[in-house]
Amino acid sequence: MSRTTLDLWVGFFVSMGIVSMIFLALRVGNLGGSNLGESYQLKARFDNIGSLKVRSAVKSAGVVVGRVSAIDFDVETYEAEVTLTISDRYLFPTDTFAKIMTSGLLGEQYIGLAVGGDEKMLKRGDVISKTQSAIVIEDLISQFMFKKASEGDVQ
Amino acid sequence: MSKFLGNFFRSIGHQVDDGIWRLGYACRFLLTLLIYSGISFRRFRLTAKEVYFTGVLSLIVIMVSGLFVGMVLGLQGYNTLQRYGSSDSLGVLVALSLVRELGPVMAGLLFASRAGSAVTAEIGLMKATEQLSAMEMMAVNPIARVVAPRFWGGVIAMPILAALFSATGVFGGYLVGVQLVGVDEGAFWSQMQSSVDFREDILNGVIKSVVFGILVSWISVFEGYDAEPTAEGVSNATTRTVVTASLVILFADFILTALMF
Repeated sequence: MSRTTLDLWVGFFVSMGIVSMIFLALRVGNLGGSNLGESYQLKARFDNIGSLKVRSAVKSAGVVVGRVSAIDFDVETYEAEVTLTISDRYLFPTDTFAKIMTSGLLGEQYIGLAVGGDEKMLKRGDVISKTQSAIVIEDLISQFMFKKASEGDVQ
Repeated sequence: MSKFLGNFFRSIGHQVDDGIWRLGYACRFLLTLLIYSGISFRRFRLTAKEVYFTGVLSLIVIMVSGLFVGMVLGLQGYNTLQRYGSSDSLGVLVALSLVRELGPVMAGLLFASRAGSAVTAEIGLMKATEQLSAMEMMAVNPIARVVAPRFWGGVIAMPILAALFSATGVFGGYLVGVQLVGVDEGAFWSQMQSSVDFREDILNGVIKSVVFGILVSWISVFEGYDAEPTAEGVSNATTRTVVTASLVILFADFILTALMF
């Protein structure tokens, strides 16, 4: 079997396809950017996680330091147990405060870590004890309505 | 009046009946094709030749249309997004619409009209000039020797063409968005990367393009093999390939989108 120019063209075509797949994967998608390198896990319990999803960002001071790797429901305490995977480069004090926040008014939800002042650092598998649940807009509105209604009763 | 109605319903019934017959025949044809497709991998040169004809020769049309579709998306998206002050997410809009929908669908439509029609005409003409019967006389199975390599060539070429379409489209959106109308380059790429997921968006797009490749190649080889062996029959079969393939692509796209996202 001899090589022909046809083989050259087919090889060229297939390699262009591979190059564009790599371009789509690394430059357009987040295959390259999503790995955090070496990482460790922390847990946090919330009364209500809102619309937090697996792979949501974990941010501290606005910088992405990790991702949510699992969300479970604890049948004993009836709370949501969220597992955070944090990059090894970042260590947080034991009194760090985990809040579920929303980017923008209607944006995606993420976990914000507000750093405390303790000298001891959180280790692999530790549980963040201070948490604040997601703000549910419906609850806010109903609180507001009830408040308005009770004010009306007094007058 | 009753005679007219009778004829009317009879013709509808005939068409439905005929359609079901053809569908069954097409399925049996696909099965036979798959059974006899060993040769198209053992003698890969046969398939490579078809990849050349369906894929390499479609490169220019795919890349130029991808570039222009991306540029149009960039312009239209910018005009709408800047009204809400969010022109920074232009990259997300361009990349998601290309990778999820336009890449596979547009590449599939172009592929059906550029390569599918050619395959149908080729096989139909081979049938009309009795080349297929001559092969059978020489104990060469025409399905294994002629039809299967064309089918697999199309199935291989289609995902590559769709990926190229998406990639050139994103580049076209970049040209218009960043170079022409001045969206910030960092925001364009970083927002795109944070919103486009490899598994959710890109792999699903690839799956779509593989499915379209199978459908288009199947329809075009079947229409060619099933064509009436006359000049008119071949031309009808070519038209039917383009029409059926385009409709099937759009229908399958709806089904796949409903399943995936």
